[in-house]
Amino acid sequence: MDSLLVLVPVALLLGLMALAAFLWALRNGQFDDPDGSAGRILFDDE
Amino acid sequence: MTSSALATSAPSTSATHAGAETRCAHCGEVVCGKGDYCCIGCASAHAIIDAAGLAAFYRRLEDRHAKRPVPLETDFSTHARVVGTSQAALDLLVDGLDCAACVWLLESLLARHPAILRARANLSTRRLSLRWQGTPADANGHVGLVAALGFRPAPYDIVAVADRDDAEARDLMRSLAVAGFAAANVMLLSVAVWSGHDGSMGEATRTLFHWLSAAIALPAVAYAGRPFFRSAWAALRAGRTNMDVPISIGVTLACVVSLHEAWAGQQHAYFDSAVTLLFFLLIGRYLDRRARGKARHAVRALLALASRSATVVHGDGATMQRRVDQLVAGDMLLVAPGERLGADGAVVDGRSSMDAALVSGESLPQPVEPGSRVFAGMINLAAPIRVRVTAAGEHTLLSEIVRLVEAAERGRSRFVALADRVARAYAPVVHLTALLTFLGWFLIGGLPWDRALLVATAVLIITCPCALALAVPIVQVVAGSRLLRRGVLLLSPTALERIARIDHVVLDKTGTLTLGRPELVEGGADRTALDAAAGIAANSRHPLAQALVRAAGGAAPVAGVIERPGQGLEWNGLRLGSARFCGIARPVDDGLSELWLTRPGLPPSRFAFADRLRPDAGQAIAELRRRGIAVELLSGDRRTAVARAAAEAGIDKWRAETTPAAKADRLAALTALGKRVLMAGDGLNDAPALAAAHASISPATAAEATQNAADAVFQGDGLAPMIEIIDVARRADRLVRQNLALALLYNLAAVPLAILGSVTPLVAAVAMSSSSLLVIGNALRLGRTPSSGGA
Repeated sequence: MDSLLVLVPVALLLGLMALAAFLWALRNGQFDDPDGSAGRILFDDE
Repeated sequence: MTSSALATSAPSTSATHAGAETRCAHCGEVVCGKGDYCCIGCASAHAIIDAAGLAAFYRRLEDRHAKRPVPLETDFSTHARVVGTSQAALDLLVDGLDCAACVWLLESLLARHPAILRARANLSTRRLSLRWQGTPADANGHVGLVAALGFRPAPYDIVAVADRDDAEARDLMRSLAVAGFAAANVMLLSVAVWSGHDGSMGEATRTLFHWLSAAIALPAVAYAGRPFFRSAWAALRAGRTNMDVPISIGVTLACVVSLHEAWAGQQHAYFDSAVTLLFFLLIGRYLDRRARGKARHAVRALLALASRSATVVHGDGATMQRRVDQLVAGDMLLVAPGERLGADGAVVDGRSSMDAALVSGESLPQPVEPGSRVFAGMINLAAPIRVRVTAAGEHTLLSEIVRLVEAAERGRSRFVALADRVARAYAPVVHLTALLTFLGWFLIGGLPWDRALLVATAVLIITCPCALALAVPIVQVVAGSRLLRRGVLLLSPTALERIARIDHVVLDKTGTLTLGRPELVEGGADRTALDAAAGIAANSRHPLAQALVRAAGGAAPVAGVIERPGQGLEWNGLRLGSARFCGIARPVDDGLSELWLTRPGLPPSRFAFADRLRPDAGQAIAELRRRGIAVELLSGDRRTAVARAAAEAGIDKWRAETTPAAKADRLAALTALGKRVLMAGDGLNDAPALAAAHASISPATAAEATQNAADAVFQGDGLAPMIEIIDVARRADRLVRQNLALALLYNLAAVPLAILGSVTPLVAAVAMSSSSLLVIGNALRLGRTPSSGGA
């Protein structure tokens, strides 16, 4: 049962980190132009 | 990368001469005359792109083509804003920004400009945001660069409402993320609790897990539930009820009851149900949002046409730029070739021809001379003219069209989607069932109030319309992506539902039933006459002259041709032009557009042109008939031309010379007869009819304002996508009904169990997920199976 005291907070922390990463990406405009971003990665600057 | 880099310069070399006809190296149109380009605009666009070393653009376009540059009509400096001390910024809505290569070209080219600090193009919203070192006065130069490439920029500040839409979409996504996080973690804890029900989990551990779940679920519900709480509150305040009311009550009650359970150390807590429910519902809501595509901004796009500037000539001969909305009757305007007229008026000086396609749907330029009436929205094609303004701003024909569209859109907004109608009937039933369950167990069943409330909560959770909320949007998303692959873009959230019900199709002629460009059909037999005419015609950009050169298989322009705007061309005693210009006494009116050629000592030759039907027009009309749909042709064009097109396409009901208001009236008359009409049109003159119809589609070549009045836009030369839309809409409609039936069936099966009190959190979770999966699976069938018919 002691393992729960470690594992449950670890699981929550990992989940929260993923949530924070997603919210950061959203705020950063990563989801603003899904169509454009899909094409943009194919063009390297020349 | 090496081999493809070598191919980059191909479009500008002689490789393009391989075929029988030369294609313009920029826009891909057939080149009349010599050279690699169809016009000066394309040549300079290509030169700009080449000079910047971005010729890879043409390869990256793949099977698309760049657009032909058009002159700028707007004064953008009034729309730019000052940022900081020495910078300015401007947001643009860019027509033609529709592929990744365009994004790349625009960004790369603008980034090379020394003054431009930031250029970011957004493909999803067709927006370009610019920031540069300098003042707002530099705006026109920078925007000119965009226009010189063939894009059509319009100021974006008039569509500021879109920002609010963006903010809402982001909020929905954040809620979705929070609900997803909470659902996953609470479920993790709940699975442990459920597997411990056999006694292997101690009571203390279970209570700890319940409290942990509460700690995650309560803030998550408070945050992610806002879209539902807001909507429910708004409905309640207006004295109505909607689907969000039982959702809000259910989720809130589940949380409160579960808190009580955790406090009392009881076995069952519904925290996982509450957050999973929100998660599923938010997915449905997000899909619904995506299915809407771009919001319809017909009126806003129309008004964008009016936010241009015009050149006003004062009494002393001085000229100044003034915004179109500030013109007054009596002003004298100088209208340069290529400029769009900003107000209604009469020509005072100069002869030219005007493109009236936007206003009347007329396919050919109309000659104008002093005294001719001209209308806002027409484009001057040939020579500068002076126009005395008779009506400006609110009083122009264009504004009249705006009002018609507004009125029609208001009428249509009363249409209620099937899902909403179901929800309206469903919500009170849910409330009543839950209430009766509570009262039944509490008063008759003899349970303590908290036990009775637990059962009632289970009823609310089970009836909460997870599957119902997903049933419609998931079908719309699948249908929308399927149509997108066929070149059809849905613009309205209820488009499919309305198109599925239509029993009557009204088509516009020019540009919808036809391709909107004239072809030589008569007079090509006399080769010497044709060659002589083509040599002269190669000097003009008039559509008929261009068609003549195409028919002759290309011709070198002869030197020294004099163009008489609105009449014809003259060279060495030869005349090519209208019957009147060539002195022909007895013009033939057979519905064809014509050019005459007179040569000294030879009888006059007649060249007749017709706007060709879309290649599969006849077949598409037959397909519509086969589906029991009546077809009618409604055009602003001349009687004879419409009769000819109708006969060719096999349409027996047609009307010619209809004004925009008359078209909308005809639509209203059909609606009054109980018909559900699908209107297909492309001109601005069709916009009121498009908005007034039960459903509407428009080709992608249509004016932007017209596209925005339509429910769907289709690409390509054929009419087959129209059949595809109708077929997909009808199948989607069947699937929506099946899905709603499945969702209701699931409720019928599960609700009695819930009322009897045998729905534990585990049963609720299984039922919720399985019904949602069933509905999603059913919707996906639409994407897989081939269409049942169609051209």
